Amino acid sequence: MKLITAIIREVQLDKVREALIEANIKRITVSRVSGHGQQRVEEMYRGQIIIPDLIPKIKIEIAVNEAFVDITVNTILKSARTNGKEGHVGDGKIFITPLEECIRIRTGDRGGTAI
Amino acid sequence: MDCCILKFYVVRLSGKKIVFLLIMFFIGSVSLYSSDGILVDSGSTAWMLTSTALVLLMIPGLAMFYGGLVRSKNVLGTIMHSYVAMGIISVLWVILGYSMCFGSSVFGGWFGWNSDYFLLKGIDSNIMEAGIPEYVFSMFQGKFAIITPALIAGAFAERISFKAYCFFIALWSVLVYNPLCHWVWSSDGFLFNIGAKGAIDFAGGTVVHISSGVSGLVAALYLGSRRGYPFQVIRPNNLVITMLGAGLLWVGWFGFNAGSSVSSGLSTAQALTATQVAAATGALSWIIIESFHQGKVTSLGFASGILAGLVAVTPAAGVVQPYGAMFLGIFAALTCYMAIQLKNKLGYDDSLDAFGIHGVGGITGALLLTLFIRPAWMTEAAVANNGNWTIWNQFGIQTFAVVITITYAAVMTYLIILILNKFIRFKSTENDEMAGLDRSYHGERGYGMLNPS
Repeated sequence: MKLITAIIREVQLDKVREALIEANIKRITVSRVSGHGQQRVEEMYRGQIIIPDLIPKIKIEIAVNEAFVDITVNTILKSARTNGKEGHVGDGKIFITPLEECIRIRTGDRGGTAI
Repeated sequence: MDCCILKFYVVRLSGKKIVFLLIMFFIGSVSLYSSDGILVDSGSTAWMLTSTALVLLMIPGLAMFYGGLVRSKNVLGTIMHSYVAMGIISVLWVILGYSMCFGSSVFGGWFGWNSDYFLLKGIDSNIMEAGIPEYVFSMFQGKFAIITPALIAGAFAERISFKAYCFFIALWSVLVYNPLCHWVWSSDGFLFNIGAKGAIDFAGGTVVHISSGVSGLVAALYLGSRRGYPFQVIRPNNLVITMLGAGLLWVGWFGFNAGSSVSSGLSTAQALTATQVAAATGALSWIIIESFHQGKVTSLGFASGILAGLVAVTPAAGVVQPYGAMFLGIFAALTCYMAIQLKNKLGYDDSLDAFGIHGVGGITGALLLTLFIRPAWMTEAAVANNGNWTIWNQFGIQTFAVVITITYAAVMTYLIILILNKFIRFKSTENDEMAGLDRSYHGERGYGMLNPS
C-alpha cells in the first residue's frame, strides 16, 4: 500500500479530480495548503503588484494498493500539468510514501481490502 | 439652500418688507419655497431620502445573497456583478436613463426623452408636485435601475465573463429597463394609462422582477449550464452571508415599496404594512412546504420564502390590505417552490433561481393582486371609467401588462446576447470557469484558506 500525496495548482483541481474519477479512483482527500516552491506569483493589492510570501496550493491525498500506484500517478501527471505537455514551474509535485496500515473504521477491516 | 435664497432677497428689499420678512423668518412660519414657488414637503423629502438609501442597501444585500450561494472560487466575481452595476447604471442613469424613463414619449412611446433630463442638468432646482426635489426622485428611481440588471446575474452565475457582463447590463438597462419603466411609470406610458386606472405595478413587479427574471431565464438557456451541472453537486460556499444578505434585502425593501408611494403618509404606511406581512407569510409558507416535502427546514428555504413574498407584494403594495398581502406571500411561496422543483426536473441551469423567484414571484404577484384590491381603489377606478370597473377588467389589464413585459424582455435579451456574443465571448472559457471567476477575471481570492467546495 502506498500513500500518494500530490501538491497541485488550485486551478487544476477540477481537471485532476475529474480525471481521477474517470480512472476509477474515487477515494481522495483534498485540502487547501500553502507553501514555497520554485514558483513566483504576483497578485494585485490596491493596484500594487505584490509577491505573496506563501503560495496557495491544493493537496490531494490518495491511499492506494500497489496495482493502482502507476495509474494514479500518470493520471495526476497528465491532468495537473499546464501549458499542454510542456508544463510550467509551479505545476506541483507528487510524493509517494509507504503506507503501513489501513483500517476501515466501520468494520475494523485491515490492509488492502480496506482501501 | 432655500433659506439662503430667502436671505438674499432680504438684502434687496425695502425696510418695511425687511422687517416683515425677518419677523416671519424668526417666528419660523416661513415655508421653504423653490424658485417656481412649489412647497418642499420636508417630511416627504426626508422619507424619500431614507428610501433612496434603503434601496441602495439592497444591492450589497443582493451581492451577499448571491455571493454566499456560489462556490468559493466565484464569490468575489458574483459579488462584483452587483457592485459593478452600482457603478455602470448610476452613470448611465444620470446621462440618459432618467430621461428615457421619465421624459415625454418619443418613437411612438417606445421610451421617453426630455433634453432637460440629459445629465440631469435641467432639474437642478426643480421641486416636484409631491413636494420633493426632483433630484431625490431621480436618485430613488435610479436605484431601481441598478438592482434590476444585478438580479439577472443570478441566472448565469459562475460562468460569465466579467467584461461581457458589464456590456450586457449597460445595453440591457438602456434597451429593456428604460423602455419598460417608461411604459409602466411615466405619466404618458401606455401601460400607465391603460384601462380605468392603468396597470397596477406599485413598486416594480413587471418593471423590475418579471423583466429581470425572464431575461435571466433567456440568458441561462442561451448560455447553457455550468460545467458538471446538474450531475456534480454545486454547494453554496457560505450560507451565513446569504442569510445576512436576505435580511438586508428585507430591510431595504421597505424603501423599495413604501418609498414607491413618493410621499410620507397613508399610502406609505399601507405599502409598508403589506411588505412586512407578505415577507413573513412567504417565509413561513416556504418552510412549511419544505418541511412536508423534504423533511427539514432549511435556512436557504426561509430566505427564499422572504424573497418570494417580497417579490409578489412589490406590484401590489399600494393596493392590497394586510390579508391580501398574506395570501400573496402564501401563493408566491407555493408557485416559486414549484418553479424550482420544475427547474430541477427540466434541468436548465438558472443557477441562483433568478427566474424561479423573481420571474415566477413577480408574475404571481402582478396577476393575483387583482383578487385583493382594496375597495376604495376599485371605487376610484369605477368613477374613472364612468361607473363600471370589475376585478376581471383589471385582471385583463394585469395579464396584458405581464405578457407585454415577458415578451419584450425575452426578445430584447435574446437579441442583446446574440449580438454582443459576436463581439465578446459571453460565456467563460472552460479553463476560466474551472479556475473560478475570482481568479480569472479579478486576480483575487475571496477567502484565505477555506477548503474548496
